Parts: sequence; C-alpha cells; structure tokens
Amino acid sequence: MAISRAEVEKVSLLARLLLSPEELDRITVQMGQVLDYMQLLGEVDTSRVEPMAHAVPVCDVLREDAVRPSLTPQQAMANAPSSDGECYLVPAVLGF
Amino acid sequence: MIGLTATELLARLQSGQCTSVELTEAFLQQIDRYDGHVRAFLRVDRQAALQQARAIDRKRQAGQPLGKLAGLPVAVKDVLATQDDLTTCASRMLANFRAPYDAAVVAQLKAADAVLLGRTNMDEFAMGGSTENSAFHPTRNPWDLQRIPGGSSGGSAACVAASMVPLAVGSDTGGSIRQPAGLCGITGLKPTYGRVSRFGLVAFASSLDQVGPLAQTAEDAALLLEVLAGHDPRDATSLNRPVPPYHALVRQPLQGLRLGLVREHFAEGLDAQVEAAVREAIRVYESLGATVKWVSLPHSKYAVATYYIIAPCEASSNLARYDGAHYGYRTDQAAMLAELSAEQKELKKAGSPALDDLDSPLVRLYRRTRAAGFGPEVKRRIMLGTYALSAGYYDAYYLKALKVRRLIREDFDRAFEQVDLIAGPVAPAPAFKLGEKIDDPLSMYLFDLYTVSTNLAGIGGISIPCGFSSGGLPIGLQLQAPPLEEERLLRGACMFQQATDWHTRRPGLLAAVP
Repeated sequence: MAISRAEVEKVSLLARLLLSPEELDRITVQMGQVLDYMQLLGEVDTSRVEPMAHAVPVCDVLREDAVRPSLTPQQAMANAPSSDGECYLVPAVLGF
Repeated sequence: MIGLTATELLARLQSGQCTSVELTEAFLQQIDRYDGHVRAFLRVDRQAALQQARAIDRKRQAGQPLGKLAGLPVAVKDVLATQDDLTTCASRMLANFRAPYDAAVVAQLKAADAVLLGRTNMDEFAMGGSTENSAFHPTRNPWDLQRIPGGSSGGSAACVAASMVPLAVGSDTGGSIRQPAGLCGITGLKPTYGRVSRFGLVAFASSLDQVGPLAQTAEDAALLLEVLAGHDPRDATSLNRPVPPYHALVRQPLQGLRLGLVREHFAEGLDAQVEAAVREAIRVYESLGATVKWVSLPHSKYAVATYYIIAPCEASSNLARYDGAHYGYRTDQAAMLAELSAEQKELKKAGSPALDDLDSPLVRLYRRTRAAGFGPEVKRRIMLGTYALSAGYYDAYYLKALKVRRLIREDFDRAFEQVDLIAGPVAPAPAFKLGEKIDDPLSMYLFDLYTVSTNLAGIGGISIPCGFSSGGLPIGLQLQAPPLEEERLLRGACMFQQATDWHTRRPGLLAAVP
C-alpha cells in the first residue's frame, strides 16, 4: 500500500514539518516501504483482543492535592528563544 | 586500575588502595587516548568530575557515610536532564538546552556519590540503532572503527567497551541498551517498565522507554541498577516495589534453571556465526545444570511492525513540544517572515487559490524550526506516527498495533509458565559498517527484531557477551525474564560469566593506539 506524495505533503503540515522537494520524494518512497511492511499485521485476528496501551497497568495513581515547590517563572522561561520575562513571544497566530 | 571491573574498583576505593581522584584521572587519560578515535562522548566534564572526586575522597577521609557508588566514574547518556547543564539528546533542537532540574536517576547517581564523568553520544532523541543519527558526530565501534557501535545508547556502550569509564547509563525503547551492549561486547540491562523512574528522561515513546545500566559484567550492572531502580511519585508509571539488593545476590547461581529457546528466533535472517555462538552459550548453561526447553512466541514475527507503529505514534505526539517557542532551537524569524511574504506576493500575483492555504506566521515558524532542528530519522518517525494517528488511519494502524501488542505480551506470559528465562540472540548479525543501512530505514528497523518485543511486553532483558565472529566482532546473548525479575536476569547472566571469559575480552584498539 504505497502512499502518495500529496498525502505525504499533507501529513508534513499536520506534523508541522516543512520538507524540501527532495525530502518529500525520499520520504514518500521510504514511508511507502515501511507501510507496506506494516500490512503484515493484517493477517492477525484481533477481533476479540483488547488494545494494550501500557505493559504494566498501574491504576489510580493519586497524590495529595498539596502546594509544593516548583520552578520559578524565570527558571521555566530560561530556555525560551524569545520572551519578555513573563510571556513567550511568537509571531502572529492568524494572518500577517 | 584500567581493566578492573567496577566492583573491583569499588573494593580498592573502600580499602584505600586508590582514591577517587586517582581513578578519575586514570579514566580521563583513557578518554584522552582513545576518544578521538571512538568519539563516544559528547562532552567530558573534566573539572566538575575531579571536583566531585575530591569531595568524595574528603568525605571518605572524614569517615562520613558514603553512597553505593562512592568515587566511581559513571557516564550518562545525553538524554537525561542534568540541572543547569546541557542536555542535548544529540539534536540540533536541544543543542543549547540547559535543564532546569535533575532527572530522577541523575539525582540518584549524585546521592550515591558517583563521579559524573561526561555525557555520551546517541542517536538523535534515541531514535536509531547505530548512533549515526547523532546531529553532532557518529560514534565508532571500539572493536572495529569502520563499524557502528549500535544504538541508540552507542556512546554509553562504546565508552565502557573501550575502558574509558567503568559504568554507563543508557535508555532502551526498543533495544537501545541491549543491542549496543551486544555489538560492543559488554553487558547491558533493560529493566521492567516502571522499575526505574522516567522523570527527567527526555521522552521518545513513553509506554516503552526505560533507563538502565551498561557495564563490563552482570555484577557491575547489578551494582548500578541498585542505584537506578526504585519508586518515584513524579513518574506515575513507576512501580512501588522494593528494590532487591541485586549486587549482594548476583553471584548466587540459579538452581534448577529452566531456560527457554524460542523456535521463531532461529529462523531465516539469523547470521550463522551468531547462531553458533548462541547455541554454544546454551550448551554452557546446560553444563551448569540448566534444562533447556523449546517454547513458541507465535506473534514474534509481528513485533517489528507493531513496534514501528506504536513508537513513532508516541514519538510524534511527544516531539510536538519542540515548537521553537518554549525552549530549544528557533529558526531565524526575520528570514522566515521574508520568505513567507515573498510566497504570499507570488500567489497573489498569480491569483492562486493556494493563497488561502498559506501557513500563518506561527505555523511557518513551527515548520521551519522543526525542519532545521530535527534530523532525517526523527523526521521520518514523526511523519510515520502523524500519518498512523491521522483521521481514517488510526484504527488500521495504531489501534491494531495496540491489540497485537497484547498478543505479544500474552505469548511471553504463556512461555514463562514453562521456563524461568528465555535465551536467544540480541541482534541478527554483528555490527555493520557506518553508512551501510543509513538510506534503508526498513532494513535498519528489521535489525531490531529480537529486542523490540521485550519493550512491547514491558518485561526485562539483558545482553551479555557470548562470543566473536570470525572477523573479531562481539556477539551478544539476550536473556529475557518476567516482569520485575531483574534479580533472576542478573544472576542468570552472572552464572554464565563465572563460567566463561567473553566479558573480559577488550578491543585491540587499546593496544593499537599508543
């Protein structure tokens, strides 16, 4: 089951990646090969199998709802590429 | 001192035969001598390490209580947060990232009075099996510098193999501790999911990631695991179970061991020399009193397909956090805006309907940042995961894989009703050459066929040296055990090492380099 270049381009937007034309060509072929291989799973009957999201189920992990020390805003923002000390600065979210 | 095990070095430190400063200096000299060839380290923290060593020596002299690793140098994979220090994941994205806190295991190493010698190279964000995906430089196998050390913890495996450090910490999502340990001729253990805290471990695939030890021997791995393991309320998947005294117990052989061999492991694709070494290792176990029984893991042929759906899905979700806004690399904003407005002008002039679909400045910032910050393998996995989770494909890929994952786990549960440990190859062949598989992701993924099912099932596994190819490359034996049976894994590995000397062999590099 090959994947088309147009589909790969659409996925690159969903993934917030910008791929060059060469990258798109290469990834289209490579994803196609990998997805073909995944078809192997089609032969397994899973009609009566529950999905397993975690290998060792741990239930109801709760903690006291208590105030605890945490990072200061300065610490939390120390790695920000751009900030005004209180907020992260980003370009326009909508339009220009 | 070089060439002694961590356990032997610890005894020398305790008896005053050497100091931590002397030991640290000796290993720093090894690094000076060999790491220009191997390039296992991303950074060596010379001054900080010597400072820690001096402080620990002083504590010892003053008769103060000391931690379990007091004075021993340890190397840490660059995927574990270290407060106020760089934590790069071998990615351009995090090249300048300084973590605001210590990972749980880093804090535990510090509390155990380990000397943190440096940070080891890896495949970017732990994605890969060769350490060629590091954004900074590849690491080479100390046994043959033309070959890969395995991965993703290739730096951690190579620095132990080249005697540049006695102990190293790695992480294992689909084999990333066991496979490089096998290809470098050392011992590496992936604990049961939840045995070791993931707090501060940069996330790749959260339901599969686990931190573990790499060392020369199972006895040394036991020493380090004892420090790494334990419950941590900051990791909700961490298991609240007591940690056995692994190091005190490890030398006790397993009586009446029932060893399982998996029919599906000895099928097509397995290198003949690897198979011969593994079968010889089984004979050693038989000579030690183990009984061998064939078992079946009927869904093992689906493990690679299952893994390469689940891991990329989790990765695409986890790596969404690298947005150029909160931390990490950001593209040049002015250049990005200029590019976008040129595109806008062009489309307007042409009256193209594509104008409506043009990225907003924020979306283009994300896309440019991630295009430049991530390397090819990380992009490939993000793309695969995003596709498999996208509308219309979720049931066919992700949900299907989660169901097969349960069947894989049930196979193990049934097998462990009949046997105590499962033994088999850790990788289908010895280390391959740099560049050999770099353009063929599927063949790279298929190299993981013996290791990924351990992570999917959430159980523990260990890789130990069991021979060499005719070309002098190490071959590893993998043992797998039921959940939380790390003690059994370590004792099973140690009884083999008490009867063989593969784990004592060191690469010729150490003699070849002046």
